[in-house]
Formats: sequence, structure tokens, C-alpha cells
Amino acid sequence: MPKHINVALIGNPNTGKTSVFNALTGLNQKVGNYPGITVEKKEGLCKLPRGVKAHIIDLPGTYSLNASSLDENVVIELLLNKNDKDYPDVAVVVSDVENLKRNLLLYTQIKDLQIPTILVINMSDRMAYKGIHLDIPYLEEQLQTKIALISTRKGKGIDQLKTLIANFKELPTTPCLNASEIDPEYFTRLKKAFPNQLVYKLWLVITQDVNFGKIDRNEVDALQSFKTKSKADLKRLQQKETIKRYQFINDTLKKGQTIDLKSAKDLRIKLDRILTHKVWGYLIFFAILLVLFQAIYDWTEVPMDFIDSTFASLSEWTKNVLPEGAFTNLLAEGIIPGLGGIVIFIPQIAFLFLIISILEESGYMSRVVFLMDRIMRRFGLSGKSVVPLISGTACAIPAIMATRNIESWKERLITILVTPFTTCSARLPVYLIIISLVIPQGRVLGLSYQALTLMLLYLIGFGTAIFSAWILNKVLKIKSKSFFVVEMPNYKLPLVKNVALTVLEKTKSFVFGAGKIILAISIVLWFLASYGPSDDFNNAEEIVTTSYASENISSEELQQKIASHKLEHSFIGITGRAIEPAIRPLGYDWKIGIAIVSSFAAREVFVGTLATIYSVGSDEEETIKNRMAGEVNPILGGPLFNFASGISLLLFYAFAMQCMSTLAIVKRETNSWKWPMLQLVIMSAFAYIVALIAYQLLI
Amino acid sequence: MQITLADIKRGQQGIITDVSSIHIPLKLLEMGCLPGNQVELLQVAPFADPLYLNINGTHLAIRKETAIHILITISNA
Repeated sequence: MPKHINVALIGNPNTGKTSVFNALTGLNQKVGNYPGITVEKKEGLCKLPRGVKAHIIDLPGTYSLNASSLDENVVIELLLNKNDKDYPDVAVVVSDVENLKRNLLLYTQIKDLQIPTILVINMSDRMAYKGIHLDIPYLEEQLQTKIALISTRKGKGIDQLKTLIANFKELPTTPCLNASEIDPEYFTRLKKAFPNQLVYKLWLVITQDVNFGKIDRNEVDALQSFKTKSKADLKRLQQKETIKRYQFINDTLKKGQTIDLKSAKDLRIKLDRILTHKVWGYLIFFAILLVLFQAIYDWTEVPMDFIDSTFASLSEWTKNVLPEGAFTNLLAEGIIPGLGGIVIFIPQIAFLFLIISILEESGYMSRVVFLMDRIMRRFGLSGKSVVPLISGTACAIPAIMATRNIESWKERLITILVTPFTTCSARLPVYLIIISLVIPQGRVLGLSYQALTLMLLYLIGFGTAIFSAWILNKVLKIKSKSFFVVEMPNYKLPLVKNVALTVLEKTKSFVFGAGKIILAISIVLWFLASYGPSDDFNNAEEIVTTSYASENISSEELQQKIASHKLEHSFIGITGRAIEPAIRPLGYDWKIGIAIVSSFAAREVFVGTLATIYSVGSDEEETIKNRMAGEVNPILGGPLFNFASGISLLLFYAFAMQCMSTLAIVKRETNSWKWPMLQLVIMSAFAYIVALIAYQLLI
Repeated sequence: MQITLADIKRGQQGIITDVSSIHIPLKLLEMGCLPGNQVELLQVAPFADPLYLNINGTHLAIRKETAIHILITISNA
């Protein structure tokens, strides 16, 4: 079998690089991580003409090969390491026809590495609208490459790009300019010392601190002697290099590109006047958030009810069809209800990711950054913290990774520390089920009380995040330079394919990631709930029957008494009652206690745990919600989930740090256990105190 | 007349004459913030910061504390 052609997709952010990737690979893609770091690695397969296949990597977006973040490092490390198994046979540089000048800077750098390179000019459908004309043969000659003029929106030019990739061996590898002219003496010396290496490659190694693998280590050490220039000198040279590259690009585009400004239309300026307006801007942002929450709540009710009842009948059906025994019980009472507790939230999580990816794809998110920067800075955050805080509503893990483009370390650290307060989708299952139990139905101004409660919880999450940022800003003594540069891309109608793939990918990883933990925990819980150490458990039937012998109760009631007696004396019941004194002041019983303890692995386990605990020993087909509504407070009487205990639970989940994966990510991003441990202790203690006060006031 | 980029008004255009490369991130230079290039102030965020600029065809926003390190001459009034 012939080897696949390795293709690396490289480009500035906002050039539609991911659209090109999606157009080439379709559903043949997978998302993982680069080993050892949490940068997302997207790769896929693409069929080329004549039965050849290409292995395509979508590298993180970058403005140049001078990396300033972990994500950008990935690009340069791959391009400099010929021994990497993903080292590209051909690089495809994706550019946007409207920003060709800036996009070409990165292109000229990659050409200097002498990798065969194809230039893709995307969004060609906007050329007429913008009055742009390109002289492609001239540009191909000047830039020493082949150009694919494509439009992912209209699906044009993709086949031409595939043909170019298949014929990559015909591409020239000559650089377009001679960058060493910026300091001929220095570069000549470099060339003499390392005759077998590319000078530009050496220059990249000198100017930045990246890991180039074992092979090049010795040479990198030898290069130390060339770091004689001071940092300021090197930076001045880098500036000179940038100017030189722009001179070449300007000269090339002067002949190769004509822009007729008269026929150019610009919607961006008009839209920006409204969307970044000091009054309208904020109102629109607030309205968008309102729609987001109304959508998550109101529009997902039907599919969720359907999933809930389907799992209840599936569990019932399993019991009826399979022969009686421990395995059937494990399946019907442990695994199926546990899985139901996660599947039920797919509609909501999909909706959340849908809206967030539309906001990002359309270019609106940058406007929010611009609008919020001044306000956020008062709290020690950056305008760029808004993106993590909003995507934190999906999941804190990608949100914390999204802090990487915050230039100031202090602003970034504070953002990382407070992001877990935002209401992530794992809290959603807990909120939804408790809200539906304790908040009355009804509407005010067309918005349901339940949706408003949910919105309030999101606001509490944001509010706490901002408030704790303010405190951290006062407490933390870190000096760091703050640079703030944010590109304001043109507005774009989001591509259905891109949005759909994002939603699919994110939902899938949420369900499978959480699903594994939930499955494991529900099996363990089922065992702990189905077996007990003492005679009290083993002789439950006898004990209960004797004690109720004098009373006239139906056999059905008797069965229930037996089941609850068994549960109380099972392993889980014993553990639960041991911790009960600590949580009783918060209004919880030992079953909720078990659910809380197990959700320190991950919050969404809460519902699955309760579903498993409640279904052990129950014969009837019941939805999770009905079972919870039927629970009675053993001491005070009345429903266990009442207004006071419900609010107390909601607040506990709003503040507590119950997510091992988030702690692991914080450890990795801050490179210390100090910060995640602080989060765990302070957030959870705070949650306990608030929940305690709330319950004692409301009861 | 030379002024800093932090002092221009909305709608004004200028030519960049000097950037203090120690105070300016390389990324900003790479996005086109270099001597000789044209710059226009498109929009100012609420509370007078950050600034939304068109530099050499690239639309971007920077804070005032960065803008004071970029010198320009006004080319339209």
C-alpha cells in the first residue's frame, strides 16, 4: 500500500482554515490531543484523484512562525522536526482573499523552510462584492507556488486543491525572498558554522524557545553561542525581518492585486456601529444571552421527556425479558438508569454548543471582547476572559484552554481560577431536575419561572466569577506585562457544515467522556447498594415481615418496606448514614449525600447516582423525576426535595469545585498543584457555607 | 505633526512613523503595525478604551496603553 501524503493545513485565524479541513475530510476526521499537552489535534483522511489518499492535519491558527503561545508552538515544532511522523510532504497555507497582505507574511516564512507549499485563497466568492481582482499567473510566479482559488461557502475549487495536493512533487521549494539580508554578516557566520542546516530554521531556533526533539538537541546547544545578541537586538532584527517581508508582499500585490474601492461594499462598519455601541451593544449582548437560556430550557422539553420515558421503559423491558438474577438487576437497576441520566441531557448540551459555535463563527465574539475589555480590566481580567467565561457555560476544560491567548499572565491566571464558577453543562442536569421539582410552573412576561431561575443561576455563576476575580486581583502580587491585541474579523454567515460538525464533535466527547465515568460509578454504586455486611441486610425480609406482622398492610407496601430496609443496611446505606450528620443541616438525606460524594468525580454523576440508588429494589416503571418527587424527608415528613433543600442544593452545586478533569487541566495549564488545590478547598468550603445559610433561612 | 495613536479621534487617518519595538508585541508588528503603513481609528469602546483600528487593511483592537507607543502623523483632518 502506498504511503499517504502528509498534508499540513496552516493559516491565520479567521481565514476559514477549518472550513477547508471540513471540505477535504468531511466526516473522516478525528479530534485528539498532542501528546503531553492539551492543544487540540485535528486530523483526517481525504481521497485524492487516482486512488491516492492524503492524511491531513489542521494545525492551530497562527499569524506567524514566531510562536507566542502553546498552540502556536505546535505549528513550528512540527515544521522544524523532519523526524516527526506527521512532518508534512506538502504545506497548504490557507488565506482569506480580503486579508491577503497579512496572510502572506506566514506564507513567506513557510516558503523559507523549503517545504513544498500550496497557497489557498479562500472566500473567493466575496471578490466581486469587495471589488478585488487577482492576477493568478503573476502571483504564482512571484510567490513560487501553485494557487488554488476556492470558496468553501460555495464549494468551489476543492477538486482543484485535491489535484494540486496529489501532484505536490511538482511544486518549487525555492524561497520567495532572502531574509538573511537583514544582517548579512550575522547570517553568513551562522551559515558557516552550520553548513548542513537551513539558515532560516536556525534563526527560528535562536529567536524562540521551543522544543525541537532529541535529534536537534546538540545543534541547539551549539547555537547557544549565537545568542550573543541581546533580546532587544534580536527583537529589532525580527522587526526588520517583518518589514522586509511586507516590502516583498506589497511589491507583489501592487501588480498582482487590484482593488476597486468604488465597487467595494462594507457591511462591517455599519454592523459594528450598532454591535459595539455603548448602549445598543450591551443590550444586544444581554438579549443574546437571554435567548440562549430560553432556548436551552424551553425548546428541549419534548426530546428530554421522550428520552426519560424511553429509558424507564427500557429498564422495565429488560427486567421482563431477561431471566431473573444478579446480572439482570445490574443491567436494569444499575447501568440503564445510570446511562439514562446522561443521555437525557444531549438535547440541551447540543443546543448550548450550537449557539456558542454560531457566535464564534459569525465573528460576533470578538466584538464582545472589545466591548467588555475596559469593564473586565477593573476586575483584573481581560476582554478576552469573556470568551472563556462564556464557553465555560459549555465546559470549563475547553474554556481554560481558551485562556491561552490572554497575553498577560496575571489576567490569564485569574481567568483560569474563576472560570469553574461559570455554570458548565455538567451542572445543567442537576439544576434542571431540581428546578423542575421545586420551582413552580407559570410565566411572567412570557418567560417561565423555571427558565428565569436557570438564568439567575447562570448570573450567580458569572457574578461569583467576577467578584472572586476582583478579590484575586487585590490579593495576587504578580507583575506581568499586559499586551492586548484582538483581531476583529469580518462578519460571516456561519457555515452549516462547520457548526454541525462542532456540535456533533463536542456533544460526542461530552457524552462519551462523562459516560465512561458514569457507567463505572453506577456499576459500583449498584453493587454497594445491593449487598450489605450484616444480618440486618441479609435477613431483611424476615425482620420487616415480623415487625409489621401485627399491622394490616398490603404485600406491595411490605415489598417497599423491605426494599428500603435493605438499602439502609447496604454498604452504601451505612456509608451514607455515616456522613449524614455533616449534610443534614443543609437539608439533605444520606442518599443525596452519596450523590454529592460521587459527583466530586464529575457533577453530572449526581442524577445518575440518584437514579441508580432509587431504582434498586423498585419494580415499577418510573421516571427519575417521579422517583425523586416521591421521596419523603424521614424526619420532618413532606417531600425531601422541597423549596429550602432544593435551593440549598442548587447553591451547593453552583459553587462547589466538583470536577476532577478541571482540576487536572488547571494543574497542567498553571504547572503547579497549588492553584487547583486552592480551587478545590476554597470553592467547596464556600459552597457548604452558602448552602447551609440558605437552608437554615428558608426552612 | 507627530502624535501618538492614543490621541487620534474617531474617523481620523494617519501614517505610522515610528513604533517602539520594545513596548510593542511582535504579533502586532506582524499584523501590519509598521512604519509607513496607514492607520484609521474606526471605533472607541465604551469608557474610551480599547481602540478599534484599521491598520494596513487589518481590523484589530488594542488598548490605549499599547497605542501610546505608536507614533503617527495625521493625514486627514
